[in-house]
Amino acid sequence: MADIALEPGAIGTEPLAPDRAPVGAQGPPGAHAGGPAVPAFDIVPLRGLPIVVAVLVGLVVAVASNTLWSLDFFHVVAGGLWTGIDLFLGFVIGPILGRLSIPARIEFTTRFMPKMVLIMPTLVISTLTAGWQLARHDGTLLASYGHHDWIVASFIVVGVMAVVALGLLEPANIAVLFELKKPQPNPAVIGRLMRRFIFTAGITGAMQVATLVIMTRVATT
Amino acid sequence: MSAAESGPLPGSDAPVMRRRLPPVAELTVGSMALVIVGGIWMAAPLPATPPLGPAFGLLLGAVALLAVALGLLLRVRPFAWDRLLLVARWGFVAYLVIAGLLGFVFIKDGTRGTPLALLLGMLAVFAVDVPLILGFTVARYQEIGPA
Repeated sequence: MADIALEPGAIGTEPLAPDRAPVGAQGPPGAHAGGPAVPAFDIVPLRGLPIVVAVLVGLVVAVASNTLWSLDFFHVVAGGLWTGIDLFLGFVIGPILGRLSIPARIEFTTRFMPKMVLIMPTLVISTLTAGWQLARHDGTLLASYGHHDWIVASFIVVGVMAVVALGLLEPANIAVLFELKKPQPNPAVIGRLMRRFIFTAGITGAMQVATLVIMTRVATT
Repeated sequence: MSAAESGPLPGSDAPVMRRRLPPVAELTVGSMALVIVGGIWMAAPLPATPPLGPAFGLLLGAVALLAVALGLLLRVRPFAWDRLLLVARWGFVAYLVIAGLLGFVFIKDGTRGTPLALLLGMLAVFAVDVPLILGFTVARYQEIGPA
């Protein structure tokens, strides 16, 4: 995990040669002269909000109806996507990003990260809410359940992930987007925040592996 | 070889990088960690109700850390308050929805009385913690004029 977190050239962490100076490193204030242009982007893509609202309404209906299929659907689909995205980001996308040119990294970041601002919280709340209700439904939440220790372990794993993701990763994500919105983004600020982003993505990736172990254990024993 | 070993990035000497600020984010993350531990404490022995003293203590600790963080933050001058409020306001709306969903589940499951009050209190602190961390992290890197 540390290899990913500290990989040379991970997005925003690579010291830049003068001929590869990042956006805003040269040129007059308010201009991008001397650096790659930052594409126009919205920090929160408003077009995605109706989808988020629809998912959350579906989640409320699933919880209110308390039907096994709907709870299982939300928990498995959202949980699978959450785990898959975290692992794919940490182990595949992150290293690839580190090897892209600076303009490519900026373009990818400005197109990718705003979507994550909507996608990840929606997946997380869907997974946890439906999972909690599902566990109430089938009795695996009860202390009398044979593998209750594993369930409590999953609480702890989710708790660690919540602290890391909400306390460190997501703020870094948002702050990078605000920095890239500036006429003259500061490469050092982006570098510091992206180091934090990559490092915490590695931690949540490790926690996701633990989640996979726990959930497959609970589901098969 | 890490960035730190290769020399500073351009902009490392900018005022926003050199400025020392109180540990607002650290204290608020601590507050969030306490309410999460409290939630685990409450959920682990279901359907039994756990001893509520530790849960109450964790909630009080979380509120205290949040209060200290807010107190330290309010003393920072100058600061990009407009950015902090912009991010924290929308973050609060989002996390109020998330906390509301979790509260709805607890109520739907029949949680009542003091355990419900404690859980709702923890959710309320959580719904303030996260937007504050988001807003502070964004605002601390904004250039500001003189006080």
